[in-house]
Amino acid sequence: MRDVSVIGIGITKFGELWEKSLRELGLETGLAAISDAGITSKDIDALYIGNMAAGSTLQQEHVSALIADYCGLTNLNVPATRVEAASASGGLAIRQGYMAIAGGFIDVAVVGGAEKMTDVSDSESSYTVSMGSDEQWESQAGATFASLHAMIAQSHMDEYGTSREELSAVSEKNHYHASLNPMAQFPFQVSGEDVSNSGMVSSPLRMLDCAPNSDGAAAVVLCATDKAKKLKKESIRIIGSGQASDTLSLHHRKYLNRLPAIGIAAKRAFKSCGKKTKDLDLVEVHDNFTITEIIALEEIGIFKRGKAASMGFKGETRLGGKIAVNTSGGLKARGHAPGATGIAQVVEIVQQLRGEAGKRQIKGAKIGLAENHGGTAATAVVHILEAD
Amino acid sequence: MSGIVSYGAYIPCHKIETGEIASVWGADGSAWAKNLNVYSKSVPGPDEDVITISVEATRQAMKRAKLNGDNIGAIYTGSESHPYAVKPTSTIVAQAIRATPHLTAADFEFACKAGTAAIQACMGMVADKQVENGIAIGVDTSQGAPGDALEYSASAGGGALIIGSKKVIADINHTTSYTTDTPDFWRREGQKYPRHGGRFTGKPAFFKHVMSCGLKTMKMAGTEAKDYDYIVTHQPNGKFPIRAAKALGFTAEQFETGLLTPRIGNTYSGAIFLGLAAILDIAKPGDRILAVAYGSGAGSDGFDITVTENIEKMDRSETVEDMISRMKILNYATYAKYRGKLRMGGSN
Repeated sequence: MRDVSVIGIGITKFGELWEKSLRELGLETGLAAISDAGITSKDIDALYIGNMAAGSTLQQEHVSALIADYCGLTNLNVPATRVEAASASGGLAIRQGYMAIAGGFIDVAVVGGAEKMTDVSDSESSYTVSMGSDEQWESQAGATFASLHAMIAQSHMDEYGTSREELSAVSEKNHYHASLNPMAQFPFQVSGEDVSNSGMVSSPLRMLDCAPNSDGAAAVVLCATDKAKKLKKESIRIIGSGQASDTLSLHHRKYLNRLPAIGIAAKRAFKSCGKKTKDLDLVEVHDNFTITEIIALEEIGIFKRGKAASMGFKGETRLGGKIAVNTSGGLKARGHAPGATGIAQVVEIVQQLRGEAGKRQIKGAKIGLAENHGGTAATAVVHILEAD
Repeated sequence: MSGIVSYGAYIPCHKIETGEIASVWGADGSAWAKNLNVYSKSVPGPDEDVITISVEATRQAMKRAKLNGDNIGAIYTGSESHPYAVKPTSTIVAQAIRATPHLTAADFEFACKAGTAAIQACMGMVADKQVENGIAIGVDTSQGAPGDALEYSASAGGGALIIGSKKVIADINHTTSYTTDTPDFWRREGQKYPRHGGRFTGKPAFFKHVMSCGLKTMKMAGTEAKDYDYIVTHQPNGKFPIRAAKALGFTAEQFETGLLTPRIGNTYSGAIFLGLAAILDIAKPGDRILAVAYGSGAGSDGFDITVTENIEKMDRSETVEDMISRMKILNYATYAKYRGKLRMGGSN
């Protein structure tokens, strides 16, 4: 297996990008990543696109060919593949590019994720997102992701004593980090009290516990590390990659307050590089709801089960704490554009490892982990990156 | 120069409170009221529609100006809830005020600025001396689907302005428009309730057009916010107009008089007419008013207005505030009956 490096990154601001189409977002970030990598279209062997919802929200399928076309890659007949795994689409697209290069099939892949969620009504976008749950057992019965995660949160609170204030601390911290990120959708701070008093969505989850449905795009250029060295590009190596699946519907699982696919994907990623949680300088986890960040940190093994909430409340997951979690602002405050989210997480890790994260820079960061999942973590994908 | 010869207003005497609507849908009424800055909305009675409201407002304007039907050469009624798909409103209004048959008339449909488009049409007719006086009407009995966010604000009411060149109570110094195709709100033929673009109705729609048109009007007039005594804009809820007015440099003292939506809801085409009427009810000679209408997918019309000394000679009793103070509270069941939301026996 060959080593794989990230040699280029690109990202848009996340938010309500009504003036930009899906193809424009894909083109903008793809070109930014290619430019950052210092390569040309002739160097690209394959294109992987993470996208969840274009068929439903834009009536546009065949997104891979669309983005390839608008990026000017069709005259070179570059193979383009769409990857869909609900909100894990972006992270999984990176894994496809990673495996193709590591396996020796190609040398350079551009992996992009783009999503348009706000050109339709709130109810239509919520309906689209719910397609990532089990249609027969969950969405058809009226369960939304907010209500499913509310059950997860309630169970976690019952078993481990996780409190309202501890949930709020997750959102407060991520908004603080976002206030330092110019690409964040909500670059402003909120207090824990603001979160605890925000409108009820599905008890115990309130509006400021929930990530938005955003427009946005992100892209990375992956390259075989030996080739990257020949190109004399500063590269950030992907040293670990893991993926795992679980039952699609929540009620088929043994525990309501665990998301085991995240832990298994992380274990596989750690095994592939021989690193441990203590080696990590930062993590980006999939905080589609505040409770999910807490459980993800427990599944990855950064904190013991039942302890992540209190550690976060004490400030251990904040910039300057024991381990910085979601320095980008996370899904909650950077924004959540499903197909782009997993890639945006890797972009954040790369910026931190390059020392280019501006006001939110972690001094001397060497190793970072990105955890991205779909639905209630029926698909989970974890990547570990290290600065050379 | 053409200006406002007289004005009239009409608001139905029933209202429903935001909390009452919210209680039916299991929603937090105080949160809805605070978020929209709408605490109650007017409700038309079972015998009221755009025609009856137009007639009431026009009769008040005619009475104030002591004019009769023979003095009226044009009537244009702007609304997006004309009672008939095929049969005009304006001819019925003309007949009711005895202005027929020697006049021109037409109905305007141009989202919530259909009425201000009618003002501009009348201004052109008067300036060209084709008519001595024209009546521009803006009225709606707007629709909001049960349970939809619009149900908390969609209300009824409107006003009429007599536009002429003699004995004007207010000069219209300048008017301009800012027009784009920005579809943030629509209702297709045959659909009972409109659809809307949620948050898209804000920044790229209402704010872009109202702000641009307001600035354009002031540039044309060579004025700044401090030169005005009042501002009135379209008011789809109670928050948007405040935010727009403040962004244009106006203060609460300037925008509060014309801001009626918190108490009567969004009267759509009627909103700017009613806000302007509330201002004219208390205005003094020399007062300057900036009025900026907005219609979804239609754009904005701006008006720079100066009140003249003639306003002091006008009987301005039966004010907008009088109408609001008379409104009686309905429960949701009666509201549903009045708005035709109940399926009656024998009906389809």
